[in-house]
Amino acid sequence: MAQEELDKAVSGEYALGFEIDIEEDKVPPGLNEEVIRFISKKKEEPEWMTELRLKAYHKWLEMEEPHWGHLEYEPIDYQSISYYAAPKKGPESLDEVDPKILEAYNKLGIPLEEQKQLAGVKVAVDAVVDSVSVKTTYQEELKQHGIIFCSISEAIRDYPELVKKYMFSVVPMNDNYFAALNSAVFTDGTFVYIPKGVRCPMELSTYFRINALNTGQFERTLIVADEGSYVSYNEGCSAPMRDENQLHAAVVELIAMKDAEIKYSTIQNWYPGDEEGKGGIYNFVTKRGLCEGENSKISWTQVETGSAITWKYPSCVLKGDNSVGEFYSVAVTTLAQQADTGTKMIHLGKNTSSTIISKGISAMKGQNTYRGLVKIGANAEGARNYSECDSLLIGDQCGAHTFPYLESKDAHGQVEHEATTTKISDEQLFYLRQRGITEEDAVSMIVHGFCKEVFSQLPMEYAVEAKALLNLTLEGSVG
Amino acid sequence: MSRVVMDIDNLHARIGGKEILKGLNLQLEEGKVHAIMGPNGAGKSTLSKAITGHYDIEVLDGEIRYKGQNIVDWEPEDRALEGIFLSFQNPVEVPGVNNAYFLRTAVNAKRKHQGLPELNAAEFLREMKKLVQELGMKPEMISRSLNEGFSGGEKKRNEILQMMMLQPDVIILDEIDSGLDIDALRAVSEGINKMKDGKRSFLVITHYSRILDYIEPDYIHVLKDGKIIKTAGPELVAELEEKGYGAIEEA
Ligand SMILES: Nc1ncnc2c1ncn2[C@@H]1O[C@H](COP(=O)(O)OP(=O)(O)OP(=O)(O)O)[C@@H](O)[C@H]1O
Ligand SMILES: [Mg+2]
Repeated sequence: MAQEELDKAVSGEYALGFEIDIEEDKVPPGLNEEVIRFISKKKEEPEWMTELRLKAYHKWLEMEEPHWGHLEYEPIDYQSISYYAAPKKGPESLDEVDPKILEAYNKLGIPLEEQKQLAGVKVAVDAVVDSVSVKTTYQEELKQHGIIFCSISEAIRDYPELVKKYMFSVVPMNDNYFAALNSAVFTDGTFVYIPKGVRCPMELSTYFRINALNTGQFERTLIVADEGSYVSYNEGCSAPMRDENQLHAAVVELIAMKDAEIKYSTIQNWYPGDEEGKGGIYNFVTKRGLCEGENSKISWTQVETGSAITWKYPSCVLKGDNSVGEFYSVAVTTLAQQADTGTKMIHLGKNTSSTIISKGISAMKGQNTYRGLVKIGANAEGARNYSECDSLLIGDQCGAHTFPYLESKDAHGQVEHEATTTKISDEQLFYLRQRGITEEDAVSMIVHGFCKEVFSQLPMEYAVEAKALLNLTLEGSVG
Repeated sequence: MSRVVMDIDNLHARIGGKEILKGLNLQLEEGKVHAIMGPNGAGKSTLSKAITGHYDIEVLDGEIRYKGQNIVDWEPEDRALEGIFLSFQNPVEVPGVNNAYFLRTAVNAKRKHQGLPELNAAEFLREMKKLVQELGMKPEMISRSLNEGFSGGEKKRNEILQMMMLQPDVIILDEIDSGLDIDALRAVSEGINKMKDGKRSFLVITHYSRILDYIEPDYIHVLKDGKIIKTAGPELVAELEEKGYGAIEEA
């Protein structure tokens, strides 16, 4: 089949590129102590938080931007970014949410009215536009179970003890350059606390939207699952089309106590930029989960279709004995997108086990890199890891790269790694078309088949969304 | 002579830059079973690809008239939807694509094309299970990935299953009998015979007489060096087995 047809088939237009015309409250570009104090004040934060931010800022000043990723991009000018933008109307209830924001979320298919449910299933949503959380739904119902689900700004004000105890405990403020930057300037994000023995009765979800021009988005998410609890949390993201690249540097910390389980799913669809990579989001994210207690489990599932640059390694520190870490990933790069993503599984406790399933899809000039580390500590007797990294190439201008690293101090550790690289073959396409299936459907069938193990990990409604998103990326197909 | 459903007229076709079909003429009659035999590399699979519109084929000259229209420029799926089916010599594996899901998509694409309502999952599965059993396939084949890890014989039975579900008008079977054990050959042949309805036409590419004993062809064509060099009745098989292709001269 002709290359240009395939290219067309995989470069569906970015459908979420609309801009919301809302009045924004925004600081001028640039980063200094004053800006940080301003953000902290805007958020009505206590003094201790302001101090922590400043501490992070000074650490960041001494650090250097990392460049070990298999990524190429123009240097980022941190002084040209605005570090705070907020819709001017600060809502108290849904009635006060700017109708334009409501409309925007409806356009994204995310209802902020509680009675409107996603695919008939109750999903509590925290909606974040630029630097602030505009609405969190189902808070009352969740409260009855003792569950806290609110914006991180609220948590800092209302639950300072929990925040002080857990924030920076998994990702220290100086963990890496982007984490330090986030620690200094984070503007909003989500906080979740599930009390002992509680199974969260609905999916929790945060939707991040970058809207304002020349702003960075630096959200911070903190999820604590106390003993024997369970939560499934989902995040989604989108941004309007821009000519200039915008920076997104998030930090996510998860803590699972004894017998607790956290399932964290991401559908990332930031604007990818054009064929030259112009205008897409630079996505530098630090995500890490700590399996603190015995038998705890943290599972990351991500479907990464957007961003010009993705630098992201959701990781698990398996501290508790018998704890389990999982990473399921689909990363798609088309146009001129570059992704350097993977995971770290740090085995510290005995009989800990981890599974890594990574599916990279590259098309057009997309570059996809898997980078994974499996580390087995001296005391991690009986640790086991299984890794599988598969790459699917569509066309011959794209690339796939795999960098698996293994560090083992325990000779008994059992580590398996498998890697494959395949192309969508003409024979496969022809076979399906010979059965009367259109070329577009055939491509999407093959790609879905390739991603199956990952999609099956997503909650149902989100699996549907992920498939639709992948189809959208494949849209504009031949015909 | 019955009505001609497909008329291949002076077909010249290139594959990989090389002309393989060199003025091939062949007429498929409604309700008849045509067998094609010929030496390795003669162009039999190339012919099946030309009829179905494979990307590798470049038609240089000639026509393939099907139900009255020249289809050489048609997309592969349009040819399929209009009733042309190819059982592949080597069915490709498609990892992660559920066999039943794939086949239901294909069946419903065809039904849609015919203006029929789509089959729901339950209706479809009932039908598929019945045929899986008839063909002596393991039930697990229904939910496994399409052809992935199937044995040679399992792949061939899966082709026949698809044929039976899709109910095509012209059926090309490219070496459906290669690699089949005795029971599989019988099951597959019975499947094919069941599809005979006096209207459907078959083009059976084979190297062996055994399958022909089961499905009783009306015509034997010899394809050699890119052309049909001889057409005769079933009695030709015995002669070929005895003397080989070298003895056949262009008529
Ligand atoms: N994609 C291709 N590129 C180049 N040459 C090809 C290609 N496909 C087929 N050929 C050549 O075309 C010729 C005919 O091949 P074809 O597969 O049609 O033979 P066949 O009659 O089916 O043989 P067999 O009985 O062995 O299946 C062979 O010489 C083969 O090598
Ligand atoms: Mg052949």
